[in-house]
Amino acid sequence: MPDAQVLKALDVSKSFGMVTAADGITLEIQAGELVGVVGANGSGKTTFLNLVTGYLRPDRGRVLFMGNDCTGVPPRAITKLGIARSFQIPQLYTNLTVLESLLLSLAAEAGEGVAFWRPLYSQARISPGLELLERFGLRPYAHRLASELPEGGRKLLDIALSFALKPKLLLLDEPTSGVSIEDKFQVMDTLMKIVAESRLTTVFVEHDMEVVQRYSRRVLAFDNGRVIADGEPGRVLADPDVRKAVLGRV
Amino acid sequence: MGAWMSWTPLVGAALLVAVPAVLPDWIVFIVALALAKFMAVLAVALFLRAGMVSFGHAMFYAVGAYTVGFGVKWFGLRDIVLLIPLGALLGAAFAALVGLVMARYREVFFAMLNLAFSMMLYGVLLKLYWITAGTDGLSAGLPTFLGYAPSRESLRVFLYYTTLVVTVIVVFGVYRFLASPLGFYLKAMADNEIRIEYSGESVRHVVYVTYVLSGALGGIGGVLAGFTVGHIVPEYSFWIQSGDFVFVALLGGYTSVVGPLVGSIAFEFIRTYASKYFPNEWQMVLGIIMLAIILFRPGGLWAIYEEVVGRFGRRAREAKRA
Amino acid sequence: MRTLTIILVDGTMFAAVLFLISVGLTLVFGVLRILNVSHGGLYAFGAYLATFLALKLLDLGGSPVLTYSMLLLGPVIVGLIAGPLIERVFLQRVYGRAEAIQLLLTFSIFLILDDLTKLIWGTQPLFVSAPYTLLGEFTIAGIRYSWYTVLLILVSIVFGGALVWAVRGTRLGKIVVAVISDREVSQAIGINVNRIYMVSFTLGAFCAALGGALIAPTIAVVPGFAVDATVLAFAVIAIGGMGSLEGAALGALIVGLLRATAVHLLPEADLVVIYFAMIVVLVVRPQGLFGQVELRRI
Repeated sequence: MPDAQVLKALDVSKSFGMVTAADGITLEIQAGELVGVVGANGSGKTTFLNLVTGYLRPDRGRVLFMGNDCTGVPPRAITKLGIARSFQIPQLYTNLTVLESLLLSLAAEAGEGVAFWRPLYSQARISPGLELLERFGLRPYAHRLASELPEGGRKLLDIALSFALKPKLLLLDEPTSGVSIEDKFQVMDTLMKIVAESRLTTVFVEHDMEVVQRYSRRVLAFDNGRVIADGEPGRVLADPDVRKAVLGRV
Repeated sequence: MGAWMSWTPLVGAALLVAVPAVLPDWIVFIVALALAKFMAVLAVALFLRAGMVSFGHAMFYAVGAYTVGFGVKWFGLRDIVLLIPLGALLGAAFAALVGLVMARYREVFFAMLNLAFSMMLYGVLLKLYWITAGTDGLSAGLPTFLGYAPSRESLRVFLYYTTLVVTVIVVFGVYRFLASPLGFYLKAMADNEIRIEYSGESVRHVVYVTYVLSGALGGIGGVLAGFTVGHIVPEYSFWIQSGDFVFVALLGGYTSVVGPLVGSIAFEFIRTYASKYFPNEWQMVLGIIMLAIILFRPGGLWAIYEEVVGRFGRRAREAKRA
Repeated sequence: MRTLTIILVDGTMFAAVLFLISVGLTLVFGVLRILNVSHGGLYAFGAYLATFLALKLLDLGGSPVLTYSMLLLGPVIVGLIAGPLIERVFLQRVYGRAEAIQLLLTFSIFLILDDLTKLIWGTQPLFVSAPYTLLGEFTIAGIRYSWYTVLLILVSIVFGGALVWAVRGTRLGKIVVAVISDREVSQAIGINVNRIYMVSFTLGAFCAALGGALIAPTIAVVPGFAVDATVLAFAVIAIGGMGSLEGAALGALIVGLLRATAVHLLPEADLVVIYFAMIVVLVVRPQGLFGQVELRRI
């Protein structure tokens, strides 16, 4: 169903000198899917996100979003087309407050990012902003600097900033990395609830197989820049080849 | 601390209004010049917020000053109410042109390319002496205020209050700018350009718009300075002038709008004395103060003031409780 | 044809001088990733000190031939004192901070150095002609040139070559390259990065001072020529690619020839033409001719 196809990658490849970071990646993501991506360090997961969002140009292959070729389009334009992404290391505005950071995303989404006369703290924006913070569990930190957030909070803010852009496709890069074990599931619970409520097509890259098992409905396994398995979490994660590639053991 | 801080702008404004009434002419001159230069300092401060230094903003200040110079010389334009918006416009236009190149750069290149452009302008102003009168300079003469030509005695006062009114308007405008999404993006730029790009906004655009605005600010300052000093020379675009603006932004504290104002007034007084009595050591003193600020009190005078007021307010509250 | 010869010869001479002025700046940027705005101040100091020492030597009845040694001694002194002093006491404190702050720091050091020369040596021009006149002159196409300028060209070629060899061929050079490519990894494998920073900055300071010292006999040393040197040096390395030795050489050649062309064909434009060239190069190739693009990892 071409209407439901959100993201399509065709033979996407990228090398850095001798290192092949992406090797002919071909995949399709349909609307409403919740896809987990697993792979060992250096298997090409983050590179893939960088390629899709235009931070890197592929040497070969094409990326299609909603049926339109967007290969190599820079991040700013990709975001405007409707793909938003969060980062392994949260990319925050350390000297702005949590609320201000979110309001900037909301302003960008409304096309008012370059307005220089009307205030950022506008009536139309503050309520939705606070509401969104509430959903992400960040309301208490609204007026604190982003740099003062605890690790899990930083992750959630990073994701909230992307979510606020009302994307059609949300890419999350290791949403629980750096988060303590106690908080991991709390963060994912919050996140998945929000994602499910808005029926947002989501792809999340994860290191932790348990998290992927629990929250995704489809799993892609990466190894050495290629997709080596694609299917139901139970099946894929039990596959000995996948386990060997990701964990180093069966 | 809040109560004390909200009194400050009112007290400050009242003091500034009272200046010509109670203080002698030469002080009025210094404060007027300081306010004029404050506009250019503000332009530099905007960029410092974004983590960028411009070593060349004197060029917009020069554009403003020469707007007066040429306006008077070629068109007989002396009305300040006309020349101020004209200077702002020309400053903005020049910035719009230079900004096309400038907006792609950050950090080192931004600082030094600005220097290069400003020194290019200086070179042009200096060498094309048959147009600009080179180092001899142009004379601003006596301005008129909406057609009214004040007497020589009251000119100083008229100019001062005009400058003050313009200052208030500019401060208001800049506050609104800083409270807008673009203003916040300016601050966010210093932290994280990647996040801005991944929000769908263009950092280059943020820089460009701010640059054009800063050109307008510099131009306004140049017009006011041109009339206040009365004499317009290529040195308005020299790197030392740009360096002074940067110094004052640092001295006053660039995170606020008022900091540069305070810094500019302080600087103008110090400069008047120091450069007369210590011409060969003046730069060194500036350098040492700058070092001290960078190493120990990066927030500048305004941050020191806030700290002092904060401590004072705390002690007052504790005393009340006890 | 005659004009072309003049322009080529003059251009090469300018280029030699520019290379000597700029190579220190590009070296410091390459290793420390800081643009040392005080570079011009060190250049001026080198010029002043070398000239002063040479004049003192002549005063004490020394042979004019020995003045060349002063042209070397002056920069060595400046390098060994100013280098570690500035790097350890000031630069070190701003390593982690915003580039704007680092620029402002080196700018304030420049202001101090500039006035310091006025304080120590006054505002009158200082001039030692011995090194220049000792070598005599020759004629090409009816124009008189000095052998000293030929010496300058030779020195800059030899010096440039020595630096390239030092970086590629010696152990210390390879360590410096390692620090340039990845500071954290270098630290992890046991390289004393702090020491490398200090050594590099000291070398850069020496180069700046050497440039000043060698140019001094051709002009009178006056306050204020430091800022010209700073801006020119920046133009040269911006064109050539910041951090690249070859870039400094190529940039120097381009700027030198451009300046010679302007001086002989359109004198009013001599400064403007250099800035214009810098702007053109940076627009077309922002990292300079030999520079490298850096991509932040996310």
